[in-house]
Amino acid sequence: MNVVTRPSIPGETEQPSLATQMSRPSRFGDRAFEWLTLAMALAVIALVFLVGWQLARGSQLAIAKFGFHFLTTSTWDPVAEQYGALPFIYGTIVSSLIALIIAVPLSIATAVYLTELAPLWVRQPLVSLIEMLAAIPSVILGLWGIFVMIPWLKAHPFPLLKTLFGWTPFFEGPIYGISMLAGGIIIAIMILPIITSVSREILRSVPNLQREAAYALGATRWEVTRIAVLSYAKKGLAGAVILGLGRALGETMAVTMVIGNTPQIKASLFAPGYTLASVIANEFTEATTDLYLQALFEVGLVLFGITILANLIAQVLIKTMAGATTTRAVQ
Amino acid sequence: MIETAVQSPNSMSQQVTDQGTHLPTVAPTEVPAFKVQNLSIWYGQKQAINDVTIDIPSKTITAIIGPSGCGKSTFLRCLNRMHELMPHTRVEGKVLFQGEDLYGAGVDPAAVRRRVGMVFQKSNPFPTMSIAENVTVGLKLNGLRKRSLLDERLEKSLRMAALWDEVKDDLKKPGMSLSGGQQQRLCIARAIAVEPEVVLMDEPASALDPIATMKIEELIGVLKSNYTIVIVTHNMQQASRVSDKTAFFYVGKLIEFNDTKTLFSQPKEKKTEDYITGRFG
Repeated sequence: MNVVTRPSIPGETEQPSLATQMSRPSRFGDRAFEWLTLAMALAVIALVFLVGWQLARGSQLAIAKFGFHFLTTSTWDPVAEQYGALPFIYGTIVSSLIALIIAVPLSIATAVYLTELAPLWVRQPLVSLIEMLAAIPSVILGLWGIFVMIPWLKAHPFPLLKTLFGWTPFFEGPIYGISMLAGGIIIAIMILPIITSVSREILRSVPNLQREAAYALGATRWEVTRIAVLSYAKKGLAGAVILGLGRALGETMAVTMVIGNTPQIKASLFAPGYTLASVIANEFTEATTDLYLQALFEVGLVLFGITILANLIAQVLIKTMAGATTTRAVQ
Repeated sequence: MIETAVQSPNSMSQQVTDQGTHLPTVAPTEVPAFKVQNLSIWYGQKQAINDVTIDIPSKTITAIIGPSGCGKSTFLRCLNRMHELMPHTRVEGKVLFQGEDLYGAGVDPAAVRRRVGMVFQKSNPFPTMSIAENVTVGLKLNGLRKRSLLDERLEKSLRMAALWDEVKDDLKKPGMSLSGGQQQRLCIARAIAVEPEVVLMDEPASALDPIATMKIEELIGVLKSNYTIVIVTHNMQQASRVSDKTAFFYVGKLIEFNDTKTLFSQPKEKKTEDYITGRFG
């Protein structure tokens, strides 16, 4: 039998057969890939532990001297070498909670509008605007807070809050403008974009089939959003809120500029406060003695601990809240 | 829908009275459920349905067959205005449902969908809801709160969907805990719980195994006595097994519409014959 030979193309060299050119898939490549990704993942975990360990090591002296009192006393007096971080812990938690109370409903409502209701031509411009909000440097937002937001808050919303709710301990006392509430509001502005964009992604991932199921029952748009979209997405939305909380706890620059930096614990949100992050930023350069510096390191350690704790608690909450249905669904 | 509807002529709830029983004055064989006249539908620039005129009789099973992309799904969805959920859709022509223009000014699509229910290709129970909640969700949306009535409708719908015996002890379990075929029957129960007049089915068994498919087909036959059913299928055997009437669609056009037996045994059009004998599609 004649083998049909292909007419040779000028300039082409003799080619070996295709089979000899193909190398067998190598087991080694697969292994290396596995080890490489594992190493990367471990490096991230190691980094977290290293940071924690460094912070703990850097604050050894302070931990030894004040022990548990560091967390439970309110005196912060570098001259007398007395360091108690309670006002900062209080300030960090309260300002973050205020921020969440303001930002979460706003962000989720925005995300719902963007994915479920807004006409197509509105969506992209609005998304870009929200992302631009995230791009504003913290210090500039802080300046805006001092020169624009605080005078306005002082003139209109704060007096209104005082007349309406002045009888509660949270809105009594003099209005300086600079306050825990102002700090919370500025954090809310800062975490709004992240919660919104993560929530938007979560809502976009809800299968259209779910929406159609609700529409086919004669549901209105709000009902579709409620029974088919939000309930489907609630676990993911909780995740978005946690991300926001993580940001809120660590927010430094803008908060420092509007919160008043006074280490005190006052029920009134009109009173100035202080946060863990702010005290580190403010006093780091002045920390001349070892103990002072170590106390600041310990403040950092506490902030680190609170952030991790908040994440853990939130994850447990999500598991018990939404996990029940998913675990049963797997059976 | 469940409460007694005010009987004003031309109201969207005209045909439904207490407990959803249909008025005896409607002679099912004479008044078609849908009168579709010169219907064309576009998605953006693309025309999906081209000048379709068809009368779909009530209390019968009408199958819509045709190759992929022939517009059969689009046609089904325009019967309860579900296709409008896609952006840039445009409709020309008329769809009369029990004599009323579905696309008339002031017609609320949600009200249309309450009367014309739908079952989808892929089962889609609400994952955060229990079996019972999945069935009653439509009733609750329509403001039904009375526990005893909800329970009664729950059992009745699940019985009609031939699912009651399998789930009666597990009503509190999540809908997603059921098998694929059971989930699809749950979706049928959900659709019929609100007592629609029509149930649209978009390839309801195409994702199921043969035994589950058989159960769904049996169920469709039972539902016929109470509901007008329009079913889209790419499975010609299924169409010939379950339906009374069959419509053949090809590239957006209605090619032939006849009694199922006649259409499959003596097709009038060459295209229909080619398709049902497997020459294309």
